[in-house]
Amino acid sequence: MAITDPPKIVTARMGHADSHTLERYLATGGYEGLRKALTMTPEAVAHEVDTASLLGRGGAGFPAGRKWSMLRKNPVTYLVINGDESEPATFKDHLLIERDPHQIIEGVLISAYALQVTQAFIYLRGEFALGLERLQSALNDAYEHGAAGVDIFGSGFSLDIVVHPGAGAYICGEETALLESLEGKRGFPRIKPPFFPAVHGLYGEPTVVNNVETMANIPWIINQGGAAFAALGEGRSTGTRLFALAGHVRNPGTYELEMVKTTFRDLIYAPVLGGGIRGSNTLKAFIPGGVSAPWFGPDQVDLPLGQDEVGAAGSMLGSGSVVAMDSATCMVRAAWRITKFFSRESCGQCTPCREGSGWLERIMYRIENGAGREEDLDLLMDLCDNISPGVAWPPQQTTICVLGPSIPSSIASGIRMFRDEFLVHIKDGGCPFD
Amino acid sequence: MNHLNADMLARAKALVALYPSPRSALIPMCHLAQEQDGWLTPEAMSEIAELTGVTAAEVKGTATFYDMLHTEPVGTYVVAVCTNIACLLGGAQELLEHAQSSLGVRAGGTTPDGVFTLEESECLADCDRTPCVQVNHRYVGGQTAESFDKLIGDLRSGSLSDDIPTHGTLVRVRRTVGLQASKKSVAAERAAMADAQTSRSATGGGPAS
Repeated sequence: MAITDPPKIVTARMGHADSHTLERYLATGGYEGLRKALTMTPEAVAHEVDTASLLGRGGAGFPAGRKWSMLRKNPVTYLVINGDESEPATFKDHLLIERDPHQIIEGVLISAYALQVTQAFIYLRGEFALGLERLQSALNDAYEHGAAGVDIFGSGFSLDIVVHPGAGAYICGEETALLESLEGKRGFPRIKPPFFPAVHGLYGEPTVVNNVETMANIPWIINQGGAAFAALGEGRSTGTRLFALAGHVRNPGTYELEMVKTTFRDLIYAPVLGGGIRGSNTLKAFIPGGVSAPWFGPDQVDLPLGQDEVGAAGSMLGSGSVVAMDSATCMVRAAWRITKFFSRESCGQCTPCREGSGWLERIMYRIENGAGREEDLDLLMDLCDNISPGVAWPPQQTTICVLGPSIPSSIASGIRMFRDEFLVHIKDGGCPFD
Repeated sequence: MNHLNADMLARAKALVALYPSPRSALIPMCHLAQEQDGWLTPEAMSEIAELTGVTAAEVKGTATFYDMLHTEPVGTYVVAVCTNIACLLGGAQELLEHAQSSLGVRAGGTTPDGVFTLEESECLADCDRTPCVQVNHRYVGGQTAESFDKLIGDLRSGSLSDDIPTHGTLVRVRRTVGLQASKKSVAAERAAMADAQTSRSATGGGPAS
C-alpha cells in the first residue's frame, strides 16, 4: 500500500486563510456545481450521486443515493443535515463547518434540488459557537448572492435553508433523536419501525437526513461527475474520506485520504500523516472508527481504510475517527472513560442502556481504582451481553437506538485483548500505570 | 411585562418564523435567554413557553435534557475541560485536577465570586489539540497547567473579552434574511416538477440532463 495523491474533494480550499468567505469560494469554483445541477433534471442529479456510490459519512455508511431513491416518489419532504458531530475523537465536520461552510450550503442546495424538498435544515452542535457564526454568515451571503431563497440563479427553483443550533447532547447525532430535538423536544430516539425518517420524519413528513461531510462531497460530484468519484477508492468505498487522527501520534489532525488505497499503518506512521507514535513508545492498540467501534491491535494496522474491509475484520470505519494508544496507556482506564461517556449520554429511555451503562461504569471504576474482584470480568461481559446479546460485531440490539449496543465495544475489546492487564489491576489492588 | 428585552424578543419572534412549527424555536430561544440572563431563569422559560405554544413545564422538561442549558445560575465564564478518550490520552485528567485546585472548586462548581464555573466535559471535537478546553463554547486550544492559569488570569482581567463573549452560543449569530419561499409557491413549484417528471418517465426517457 502507498499513500495515493487523489484530488482534494472536500479540503481543496483549506490552504487559504479566508476559505470560509464567499469571495474565496467564488474564486475557487464555488456554486458552479449548483449552476450546473439547475440545468439538469432532478433525476439526473440524483443519478450522478447514485453513480458516485457515495457512502454516507456520518457513521452508518449507508449509500446516499439509495437513501435518496427511497424518497424521490414523495412530493413533500424535508432535508435535514446532521452537523451534531459528537462521537468522541471525531473532529472532521468541525473543520468543514468552520473552514468551508459554503461548500456544505452548496451541497445542501444541490441535494434539495435532486430531492425536490420544500425546506432544508442544518442542525449544528450547540458547542460549535464559531461554526454557527461562520455557517449563518455564509448562508446570509448565499442568499445575497442569489444562491439561496427564491428563484435561485433565475432557475425557478426556490429553497430556504435554516441553521439550527443544538444544545449539548451526544444522542442528538442519532438521526431520529436529532429530529425530535429539531422539533424542540428532548433528544429521545424514535422507534423504527415505524419512525424511519424516510416515512415519518420531521413533523411526521418524509425526511432525508444526511451528514455534513456527505453534503460537502456533492458539489465536486456534480462538477466532475459521479463516475470520476467512483473511480477513486475501491469496491463499495468510493472517493476520498476525512480521517480524524487523534491520540499518541506525532501529528494528530484531519487528513483527506483515498478510501481503501490507504491503510491504518499509512495514516498512523507516514511522516506526512500521523508521523508515528510519540516519544519512544510503541503502538498498543487503536480505535478504528469512533468509540462505538471495537478496538484493533498492532497486528491489524495493515488493514485498508475501507468500510467493508474494516467491517469484515470485526469493527467499523464509523465516524472516521482513529485513536492511537501507545504502550504506556492503561487500557482499563481508557475503557472506563469511554464507558463513563456512554453512561452520561444515555438518553434513559431503554433499561439495558440506562441501567447497564451505569453499572458497567461503576465496575470499571472500581477495577481501575483497585477495588475490583476477579469475578468482575465475567460480570462485565454478562452485563454487556444483556445490552447486546452475544457481544459480537455487528452487534445485536435490545434498545431503541444503536447507542446501547455501542457500549460493550470498549469493555469487550479491553477484556479480550488485555485480560492480563485487568487481572493485574485486581490482584495488585490498583492501577499499574499510576 | 415581558422578561426578555425588546431586542431578544424581536430575535425570538424571528426564530419562530423560520420553522413550520413554533416549538422548533424552543432550543434556540433558550440560548437567547441565556445570552440575556446568563442562565435559563423560570421567568424566561415561562415566556419561551408562551412564544412557542407549550407549557413552562415542557420548556423545562426539554431544557433539562441538554448540557448547555443551565436551569441554575452559572459563572460568567463556563470553563469546560474535556476528559474524553483523546484528551485523556493527552493528560486531561491531570489538567482537570489542576483546574480544580487552581479555581478552588470541584468540576460542576462555581467560584464564590461567580466568575467561573468549571465543567468536566465530553468530547468537544477539537481532538488534535489536547487537552481541549472551551470557555463559553469558544475553543482556546490545548492547555497545560501553566497556560490554563494564564487563561484564567486573562479572563479575570478582561483582556480576552473580545475573543470570548459572555453567555449565549448565538451571541454573534444573526440571520439577515427571513424565509423567502412561500409555502404555497414552493408547493406549486414542486407539483410542476413532479408533473414534468411523470411525463418524462411516461415517455420512457431515463435520467437525462
